[in-house]
Amino acid sequence: MVTSKKGSALTLVMHASVLFLVILWTIPTAGLFISSIRDKDQLSVSGWWTALATSEQRLVERALDPTHQQFEDGRWVIKGNLLPESDGEIVRFGVSSLEPEAYAVGELVDRKDKQIQVFANGDYTISSDQEMSGRRGDRIFFTAEIPPRFTLDNYREVLSSEGLGQSFINSLTVTIPATIIPILIAAFAAYALAWMKFPGRALLIAGVVGLLVVPLQMSLIPLLKTYNLVGEFFGVGSKTYVGIWLAHTGFGLPLAVYLLRNYIAGLPGEIIESARVDGASDFDIFRKIILPLSFPALASFAIFQFLWVWNDLLVAMVFLGNNEEHLVLTGRLRELLGSRGGNWEILTASAFITIIVPLCVFFGLQRYLVRGLLAGSVK
Amino acid sequence: MGQLASALVTMILGVLACAAYFYGSNALLDWLFPGKNRPAEQIARNLRIANRIRPWLFVGPAVLVLTFYLFYPVIDSFILSFHGRTGEEFVGLANYQWLFGSDEFYESFRNNMLWLIVVPTAATFFGLVIASMTDRIWWGNIAKSLIFMPMAISFIGASVIWKFIYDYRSGDDPQIGLLNALVVFFGGEPQAWITIPFWNNFFLMVILVWIQTGFAMVILSAALRGIPDETIEAAVLDGANGVQIFFKIMVPQIWGTIAVVWTTITILVLKVFDIVLAMTNGQWGTQVLANQMFDWMFRGGGDFGRGAVIAIVIMVLVVPIMVWNIKRANAEMEGR
Repeated sequence: MVTSKKGSALTLVMHASVLFLVILWTIPTAGLFISSIRDKDQLSVSGWWTALATSEQRLVERALDPTHQQFEDGRWVIKGNLLPESDGEIVRFGVSSLEPEAYAVGELVDRKDKQIQVFANGDYTISSDQEMSGRRGDRIFFTAEIPPRFTLDNYREVLSSEGLGQSFINSLTVTIPATIIPILIAAFAAYALAWMKFPGRALLIAGVVGLLVVPLQMSLIPLLKTYNLVGEFFGVGSKTYVGIWLAHTGFGLPLAVYLLRNYIAGLPGEIIESARVDGASDFDIFRKIILPLSFPALASFAIFQFLWVWNDLLVAMVFLGNNEEHLVLTGRLRELLGSRGGNWEILTASAFITIIVPLCVFFGLQRYLVRGLLAGSVK
Repeated sequence: MGQLASALVTMILGVLACAAYFYGSNALLDWLFPGKNRPAEQIARNLRIANRIRPWLFVGPAVLVLTFYLFYPVIDSFILSFHGRTGEEFVGLANYQWLFGSDEFYESFRNNMLWLIVVPTAATFFGLVIASMTDRIWWGNIAKSLIFMPMAISFIGASVIWKFIYDYRSGDDPQIGLLNALVVFFGGEPQAWITIPFWNNFFLMVILVWIQTGFAMVILSAALRGIPDETIEAAVLDGANGVQIFFKIMVPQIWGTIAVVWTTITILVLKVFDIVLAMTNGQWGTQVLANQMFDWMFRGGGDFGRGAVIAIVIMVLVVPIMVWNIKRANAEMEGR
C-alpha cells in the first residue's frame, strides 16, 4: 500500500516476518497432527520433526523358545526374524542388557553353550551341539534403523478402547440443541428490542450489555444448588442433557441478543414500516421479513455458539458430570491427560479428534465467523 | 447412535415447542383482542392493548432465561458468600476473612494480575503487527486464516498441544518436546518447563496468547482498512516513513478498536480456567482465581460459601469493564 514502492528489501523483510509468524502459529498444531499418525514406538523415542527420517531404535525381542528347534546338519538350530513386520535394518546387537550393542551384525557370538548370529534383515539363528532346553527363548538386544511408519492405529485405539467414540456422540448431543435453542429465543427478543416500542426497553438493552461480561463462575454454585433441588424433585438427578442445554442457552443468550439486535436494528426501517402499513402483524414481519434478512447474523452466532459449546469444559463438568457415559470430548481429553499423561500416541490422537470438528467449521464458515466477530466488537 | 437419535428428537421437539410458543401466544393475543371486523373504536382499543402486550411475548422467554441463569445467580452468589459450606448457615464475613487471610488467594490473585497484564497486551500487540503486515502482501489472507485458526481449538485441546511442546525427558533420552529439543540443539540444558515456579505462569500464558492473537488480528485488520486513505497519503507527502505512519497516523485512529479488543481479551483472561486445570491444576505456583473457585466448589464435597467468595472477587474485577461497556452502548444508541 504505502511501503510497497519503497524498495524491495523492506517488502522482503515483511514477507519473511509474516512467514515466520505463520510458521510459529501453525507448528504446534502440525506437530500434534503428525505425531498422531506416527507409529507409537517411534513417537516415544524421537521428535515428530524427525518423522520422515529413519529412526534408530534400541529394541529387545525374545527369540523363539526351544520347542521350535530343528535338527540340521548335526546341530540343533532355532531360526526366526526379529523384525517380522518392518523393513528396518539391524546395525548392532547384544545378548545381555548390560551390553545391548556389543556385536556387529553377522558376528558369531558364543553364549553359554550356544552360538547366536543376527543378520541385518532381522534373521537370527541360535545353534547348539546339544538339544536346547528351557521354557523361554533367549533375549536378543538390538539396535535397528527403522524407516518412518505412519499408521491410523492410534485413532483406531482411542475411538474404540479409550471411549472417544462415545464422547464424540455425547458432544454432538450437547452441542446441536444448545446451539439452536438460544438462536430462536434470542431472535424474537432481538426484534422486539430493535423495532417494538415498550417501556423498559432501554433498561433491558443495558441489562443485556451488562450480562454480556458476567463471569460464568458467578452462576455455577447457585445453579448447581437449584439443579440439585429440581433433580431431586423430579427424581432424575441433577445431571441431565436438558439441564446442560438450558445452561448453555442461558450463557449464550446475552451475546446472541446483543449481536442479533445490533444487526436487526440496522435493517432498513422503511421495509418494516411499509409492511406495518399493509396490516402485517409483528409476528408476520418477524417471520417473513426479519428472519430471512438476518440470516448472516444468525449464522455468525450459530458458529460462535457451536464452537463455544463444543469446546467448553467447565459447564460440562459442572452440569453433566464426570461419569463415564456422559463425558464429552473435552472432559474425556482432560481425563486422559490425567490417566495417560505420558502416552503421547493416545493424547495426540484424542486431541486431534476433539479439534477436528471445530476446525472444519472454522475453515468452512470462516466468512460468517469474521463477520460476527466484527459485528460483536466494533460498533 | 440411539442416543443421538433421541437427542435429535428432543431437539426437534424443543424447537417445535419454542416455535409453538411464539406462534400460539401471538395467535392467542390476536384472538383475545381482535384487530379486524369490529367497531372502529373497539379495534383501536384492542390494537393499543395488543401492542402493549406483544413485546413482552417476544422478549419474555429471553428475559426469563437471562434472569434465571445470569441475573438471579449473581445475587444468590453474593448471598451465598455470607454462608457456610452447604450454603445454609449464616457465617457473616467469615468467608471473606478466610479468603484475605489465605496465601493461596494471594498467589492466585497475583497470577491473575500477571495474566491480565501479559495476555491482552501480547495478543493485541501481535494482532496489530500481524494485521498491518498481512494487509500488504498478496498471500495475506492465507496467513491470516492460519494465524486465526487456534481460535477454533478448545482450551483443553490447546493445552495438550502445548504440553507436548513443553514435554520433558530426563537423562540422555532424546527430547520429543519441541522446546527442549531446541534447547538441547543450541547446547542448553533441558527443563521441565511447567514446574519452574513463577516462570511457568508465562509458559501457560503463551497458550492463551496463541489462541487470542487471531481474534485481535481480525478485528484490528478491519479497523486498519477503515482508515481513510487521505490521512495516510497526506503523511506520505509530508515525508513520514512507514514506522511513523503506523504509530502516529494509523494507531491513534483505531484507539477505540484497540480498547475493545483489549477489554474483550481481559474478560476472557479473568475466566481462564481450562488451561490451568489441564496444564498444572494450580500446582507449582500457577493457581488462578477461576481454577481455585472450581476447586473449592468440589473439594471435600464442596464448599459453596468459599467458592462463592472467589466468584465475587472475579465479578468485582469485571465490574469496571461492564460499566464502561454499558456507557459505550448507551452512547451508541443515542447517536443513532
